[in-house]
This record gives sequence, C-alpha cells and structure tokens, in this order.
Amino acid sequence: MTSSTLTGPAAPAAPVRHRPVGRALQGWLYATPTAAFVGVLFVLPLLLVMLMSASRWPLLSGYQGWNLPANYSRAVSNRFFVDSVVFTVKYTVLATVLLIALGLGLALLVQESTRWKGLLRTAFLVPSALGLASASLLFYVLYSPFAGPFAPIMERMGATFLGTPDAALWSTLFLIVWRYAGFYMLLMLVGLQAVPADVYEAARIDGAGRWQTFRHITLPLLRPTLALCTVLCVTGSLLAFEQFYILTKGGPDNSTISVVQLIYTVAFQGQNDLGVAAALSVLVLGVLVLVNVLQIRAFSRPEER
Amino acid sequence: MTAQLSRAAASASPSRSTGRAPATSVAGLVLRTPYWVFTGGLAVIFLYPLVWTAVASVSPHPGTSQVDGWGFGNYRALADYQAGIWQYLANSAFVSLLTVALTLVVSTLGGYAFARFSFPGRDALFLVTLAILMVPYATLLIPLYVLLTQVGLQNSLVGLALVLTMFQLPFSTFMMRISFEAVPRELDEAAMVDGCSTFTALRRVLLPAVKPGLITVGLFAFLAAWNDFMAPLILINDSDRMTLPLAVSNLRGQVQGVVDYGATEAGVVVLALPCIVLFLLLQRHYVRGFMSGALKG
Repeated sequence: MTSSTLTGPAAPAAPVRHRPVGRALQGWLYATPTAAFVGVLFVLPLLLVMLMSASRWPLLSGYQGWNLPANYSRAVSNRFFVDSVVFTVKYTVLATVLLIALGLGLALLVQESTRWKGLLRTAFLVPSALGLASASLLFYVLYSPFAGPFAPIMERMGATFLGTPDAALWSTLFLIVWRYAGFYMLLMLVGLQAVPADVYEAARIDGAGRWQTFRHITLPLLRPTLALCTVLCVTGSLLAFEQFYILTKGGPDNSTISVVQLIYTVAFQGQNDLGVAAALSVLVLGVLVLVNVLQIRAFSRPEER
Repeated sequence: MTAQLSRAAASASPSRSTGRAPATSVAGLVLRTPYWVFTGGLAVIFLYPLVWTAVASVSPHPGTSQVDGWGFGNYRALADYQAGIWQYLANSAFVSLLTVALTLVVSTLGGYAFARFSFPGRDALFLVTLAILMVPYATLLIPLYVLLTQVGLQNSLVGLALVLTMFQLPFSTFMMRISFEAVPRELDEAAMVDGCSTFTALRRVLLPAVKPGLITVGLFAFLAAWNDFMAPLILINDSDRMTLPLAVSNLRGQVQGVVDYGATEAGVVVLALPCIVLFLLLQRHYVRGFMSGALKG
C-alpha cells in the first residue's frame, strides 16, 4: 500500500519504467527490514564487541571504564589459552582432512543416479538434518560406558571412548564425520556435476585409466568446489563448540577445550568477564578473516596465472 | 581393464555399457558383491546411531525409567522433567516458527529489493549481509547479550528469534535474490503495465514464481532455529523459557550427578524426529539450498 502511493504520481509520465528516484526509494523501502536487522543485530554488536574488548566489563555490572591492552593481555595469558589454540588447530586440521577426503569419496561412490545410489545418498545425508547439539547428545549416550551399545565390548578391551585425550578427540571426530560427511558429499556432487561428461569421454578414448582420470581431470576441475569445502570446513572447525561443550565437556583433564568454549567459559562460567571474552572473540574474528583471505588466495592462484 | 569393467557396470548410463551388457550379467554380479557389501556397510554406519537411539529409548535398561519390558517410561520421565517437555516443545516451536516467519518476510522483501531495484547503498548492504557468515557466532552473541539486556529482550523467546533471524539472513537473502533474478522481468513488468503496484506485482505475480526458494529458505530457517544451541545457552536464563536442545542437554547431570540416559535418548528422539521427517519430505528443497550456495561459491 505504501508502494502504490509512491508509484501513483509516476504512472502517467512513464507507465512501465518508473522514475528512477521513485524506484530507488521503493528499493530502499523493501530493503529496510534487512537493513534494520543487519544494522541493529549485526553491525551494532560488532562495534560493541570492539568497545567491550577495550573496556573493563564484568558480566553483571557492565561498562567500568577504558582499559585497552589489559583484556587482550589477560586473554592471551589465560591458563587455557595456548592449550585451547593448539587443540583447536589440531582438531581443525584433522576434521578438514577427514571430511574433504570422505566427502569426495562418498560423492564418487554415489555419483551416478541409480535407485540404490539414491538410497545411499539419503542415508549419508540424514544425519546432517540433525542439529549438532542433538547429534552430540546422541553420541554422548552411544559412547557411554553405562548405557551405550558398545559398553560391554569396550569394558572387555579395557578402553573408553572419552576417557583419554586421544580417544576423546577421535570419538569427537567420528561424531563430526557422521554428522557432516553427507553435507560435504552433496557439495562435491554439485561440483562433479559441473564437469562436462565429454571431458571424461575424451579421457577414456585417450586411454586414461581410472586413477589417471581422477588425478588429472576430476581433481583439477573440482578445484573451486574443494576450495569452498575447505573454507567452510576450516571456518566451522575453528569455531567448534557444541561437540566439546556437550560430548567431552572439555575433558578429560581439560584436554579438549576449544577456543570458542574458552570464550564461553570466560564470559559466563566462573570468571564472568565479558571484557576478556570480547577480546578473545575479536582475536578469533581476526584469525578467521585472515585464514579465509589466505585460503581464497591460495586456491585461486593457478587460475590467475 | 577391471577398472573399466566396474565403471561400466557401476554406471547406469547406457552409452558406456553398450555391447558389454550381456557379458556382465553373471560375472558382473560376482564382481559387484564387494561393492554391495561395502556400500551397504557404509549406509548401516550412517543409520545405526539413529536407529539404535530410537530403539533404546523404548527398550528396557537398568538405571532408566524403563526397566521392565518395552514402553514409554523414558518419555514419561522426560515429560516430568522440570517445566515439562510440553513447555520446552512449545518454546522451541514458538521460537522456530517466529524465526521462519521473520526470515521469510525479511528475505523476501530484501531479495526483491536486491534483484529488481537499484538504489544507493544496495551493493554495500548486500555485502554486509553476507559478511554475517564471516563473523564467529560467539563474537556476536556476547555483545548481543549486552544489547538485548538493555532493551529487555534478553531471556526472552522473541529476542532469541530476532537473533536467529539475523543469523539466517545471509543465506536466505542470497537465496531469495537469486530466486527473484531467475524470474523473467517481463512477468512483473507486464503486471505493472496492467496497473499493479510493485507490491501487488510481488504478491500476486512473483511470490508464486519463487515458491521453491521460499520453501528452501523456510526449511533451513526452521532447522537452524529448532536445533540452535549456543544462542539460547547464552541468551536464556530461566529454566522454563529454555528451548528443547538446552533442556535435553541439562537433563544430564541432574539427580546427584547420575545421568538419566533413558530420558536423554527420548529427548534426542523428540529433537531429531521433526528434522528427519521434514528432511525426508523436502529433500529436494534441502539439496537445492546447498546447490545454490555451491554454485556461486
């Protein structure tokens, strides 16, 4: 209704192409809800977190004055800071390698469309409909030494899923692969579909074997997809939270604390220091932007040459 | 040689297997047995955790609320937990539906603006909207906690839905923009020649044309809001305003540190069931959501 009053005066002069100023105004009107959400709930908090990281800001009392480097030095000297950074990087590398390799493997396995392969795709994809929190809760029970289905076997072997740092890491990685492999398979399938069939045909006629075709045709042509998957996977893994908060609870012996979990702990559990948590968040944001820029550059270099 | 054979056998495309079809009937079957076992095994690995949880939630197990025989004892325990499962289900449903509604309205109007109008600041606004994806969740939730407290929307389900809608905007705005761009301009211009306003053209002519995009956006918004854990963890304090994932997570470690695994299984089933049903019903739209993102990179 607002728009009809706006187009009204323009109608007699130009019935189809409206006056540019009127069009621009209407465009802004339609974009206003987006601008409001983005401005109030994204840009404003982003500015606020910068301010918070430079101020004393306890959880309950709010702004207590400027203290610029203090939050950052306190963040870096937190006793879990180095451990959580090392652990998060280790987890990110492992998760990315596993998910990219398995995503691609599954995609190659179900590439052609037959009834059976359609069923396989659905089976691989179903876990990705679950929330990460639900999946973590599911595996929390599955891995349990009391209620899990593998409890008797594990007891006989004298092992646990979450009892040692290494076991906890690999158990979490299994959960993540289970939850996300289908997702990356889907992205890879989209990439594979973009490779024209006659390229494969030409390679076959030239006598290229299966491995040669994969190595010299599929992989190079899949480069943009691999880049996208790597960026998504690295970003997601660096920000891991639910799987460690719910499944391992950071244990055993604080060996599986991720950086985001540290932020949450500093902000809301015990220390209640939003200033230091904000400083950590800004550091994570900086690293994330840097990593993404580097990755995009690394993956796009050959095409530019 | 074997590679080619199995490739021909594995592919359904007739062009590759012409002339080879009769030879593969028996030999192919033998050759393919490992393939069936391998892929079938993989499918079992992916489905087993879900099936096991569903079965375990209704089967007897010592130390749970379902000790003798099969039944819904674990679900009854879940129903009696704190504010009760119905309260948490209602909270989750409210937040999810409000998020879906807000996301649909905001991204439809926004996508229409980005696709059909040129106005100063258009590209900047679109870029900033996409930039939401680049910023860590936690980086935004901490200042959002402070901001929402200032305006009385912290510890509120409406505030939570507003935040979740904002996190949906990069995907949904992008999706609606390309949906509108895929519709020929002649369609809405013809409607405007007939005297429709831009809003009427949007409502009567364009909305039916972008319906698949709307379903995809709505589906993703629902799954994200229903499953979100970190936003309610930070923004909601009162136990009777918690959403379902938070309530089920808190279920553990209640009674003197003893975890009620049975009720947790039941909780996971209640959490997962709507997602899996929606996924199976709308698989096509789910897949398209990923494809649009992957194509544009």
